Amino acid sequence: MEVCGGQTHTIARYAIETLLPDAITLIHGPGCPVCVTPLAMIERARILALEPGVILCTFGDMMRVPGQGGDLFEARARGADVRIVTSSLDAVAIARQNPQCDVVLFAVGFETTAPTTAMAVKQAAALSLSNFSLLAAHVRVPPAMSLILSSPENRVDAFLAAGHVCTVAGVEEYPDIAERFSVPVIITGFEPLDILLGIEGAVRQLESGVANVENRYARSVFADGNPLARAAVSEVFEVVDQHWRGIGIVPAGGLKIREAFGTFDAQQRYDCDPGDVSEPRACMAAKVLQGLVKPAQCPEFGRGCTPEHPLGAPMVSTEGACAAYYRYRSTEIVRLAHD
Amino acid sequence: MTDEITLNCPMPFNDYERVVLAHGGGGRIMHRLINDCFVAAFDNPFLAAQGDGATLNLSGPVAMSTDAFTVSPLFFPGGDIGSLAVHGTANDLAMCAARARYLSVSFILEEGLLLADLHRLVDSMADAAKAAGILIVAGDTKVVEKGRGDGVYITTSGIGTLLDEAVDAPPSPARMRPGNSVIVSGPVGDHGAAIMALREGLLTEETQLASDAGPVIDPVSALYRQGIDVSCLRDPTRGGLATVLCELACASHLGIYLKESLIPVREPVRDTCEFLGLDPMYVACEGRFVAVVAASDQARALQVLHQHGCPLAAAIGEVQQADAGTVVLENAIGSLRVVDRLSGEQLPRIC
Repeated sequence: MEVCGGQTHTIARYAIETLLPDAITLIHGPGCPVCVTPLAMIERARILALEPGVILCTFGDMMRVPGQGGDLFEARARGADVRIVTSSLDAVAIARQNPQCDVVLFAVGFETTAPTTAMAVKQAAALSLSNFSLLAAHVRVPPAMSLILSSPENRVDAFLAAGHVCTVAGVEEYPDIAERFSVPVIITGFEPLDILLGIEGAVRQLESGVANVENRYARSVFADGNPLARAAVSEVFEVVDQHWRGIGIVPAGGLKIREAFGTFDAQQRYDCDPGDVSEPRACMAAKVLQGLVKPAQCPEFGRGCTPEHPLGAPMVSTEGACAAYYRYRSTEIVRLAHD
Repeated sequence: MTDEITLNCPMPFNDYERVVLAHGGGGRIMHRLINDCFVAAFDNPFLAAQGDGATLNLSGPVAMSTDAFTVSPLFFPGGDIGSLAVHGTANDLAMCAARARYLSVSFILEEGLLLADLHRLVDSMADAAKAAGILIVAGDTKVVEKGRGDGVYITTSGIGTLLDEAVDAPPSPARMRPGNSVIVSGPVGDHGAAIMALREGLLTEETQLASDAGPVIDPVSALYRQGIDVSCLRDPTRGGLATVLCELACASHLGIYLKESLIPVREPVRDTCEFLGLDPMYVACEGRFVAVVAASDQARALQVLHQHGCPLAAAIGEVQQADAGTVVLENAIGSLRVVDRLSGEQLPRIC
């Protein structure tokens, strides 16, 4: 299983599965931040965006995820001020430029994006900004890997760990996973050759019957990651159990703003409770995210569910397995559709 | 200046620094803007006649096209919205194998636009038109309230006369045949990458990004003059190379087979797209075109393009019978995949 949606994207884009022998199956992991952000959180963002005087800042991919009442593009068309940022720090700049507005940063992502969100909060605190707050849904990868391996339905023989997550967070949590579940963990990059190197590392370990952590993305990953980024994250956030969409409660699987920074927590500042939210019934996203089915095995794939009309989040983000499969689908799938 | 304002007489205050609503109001202030700015810059007898429209004398088959331009920021490395508005419509006509002759232009100005900026982009339009032998013969100006526009929107419509060599067989997807060679006139994605880098504050001298905005009629007419058997032409503007190839595959009911390693992309464009999580195949060009030509003419077509302002033109693939309506791409590592249209906007990825 490759953990990260960026790796899934490369695998689909370069049709790497078509180059592999039949004995190797790639299972796509849950590493798409858009996909695992709970529906309730997306609804909260939409509710906040429609509040008068609020500027909601978020990353591009979050714009198209359907909540129960539409996506953020539709909220924008209805008059909401929703802005796409490429860095969390842009939201702080927007808050400074618009003192008359409340700026809410809807921040999602793994260990890769959490540091810039932490820096945004620290910067806002240093500037004593009273019009900046954070709707955060940051998640942590290693606990989700443990949860998948603990499942009775687990099919994973080896992991290609997410290289960029390790670049930030280091590798210290992986030896325990490799040992406890007897699975090789290969830290893998994102270029097509990186993926092939990762697969080769996994196959070599499996054939020799060992299960170790191996760094095949050494040009970017150091054992202790990026200490400055890690320090910023642990200063602002604490580790909590967190709901992952499609997977459930992941013990120690998320980050919550520490009480010391509680004034920047949008959920404390605003009443944005979405009430009960329920997933579309036909969507098999939960099974896709756990690697139990391939996107094309979902009966709605390419029929009721397309990037134009996504039923589930994995069809929205380019890092989602369904969207990657759909966009870079093989000629075989296209031929089937034509027949 | 303050002295003028203190006069009791309600005289119009003429030396505006910025566009005001009165510039579209139909009165003297508008009249002065039209004469001092547009008529002066575009300078031709059709405009000088100040009629409600222009009377043109054309013979033979003509092509017509229209395009609206809404670029932010208005000025960017390699061009501005003014020259873009001329090249954009002229290039659409060039894709019909027609040389643009006359343009009409309509401006939607936002209250508050600096008049110096307006003059600058109108001069840029005039220069672009003059260089291409195009006359801007009709126009319109409207002003919208501040906050209801993005500085300026420009719409141009154009009429062009078909190149003599193309009259009997104008370029069309219907003329595409299996085996035809697919050529792109230069590296793709420069315009879109430069604009996005500018918006995101990524543009430095080091990034070496500039829009490719410019006219394409000269290389197009050179292809025809040299007797190249051109099946079809298309400019990869919005949606980029991938989108126009999907359109051509669909319209011709044929497949297109591409080799990724042959598609020219400049290094800074590739890096910027990688940084923003975008695919250069879907990023807009404003001075490139795709030519589908007879396989037997491929080498000569490339030679002609290389000699006529397109030194990096490259053959990137071929038209095939198989996989009708589909663009198939052979990756650098030898696997195949489909190139699809975008679902909506290309959005930057999260990480």
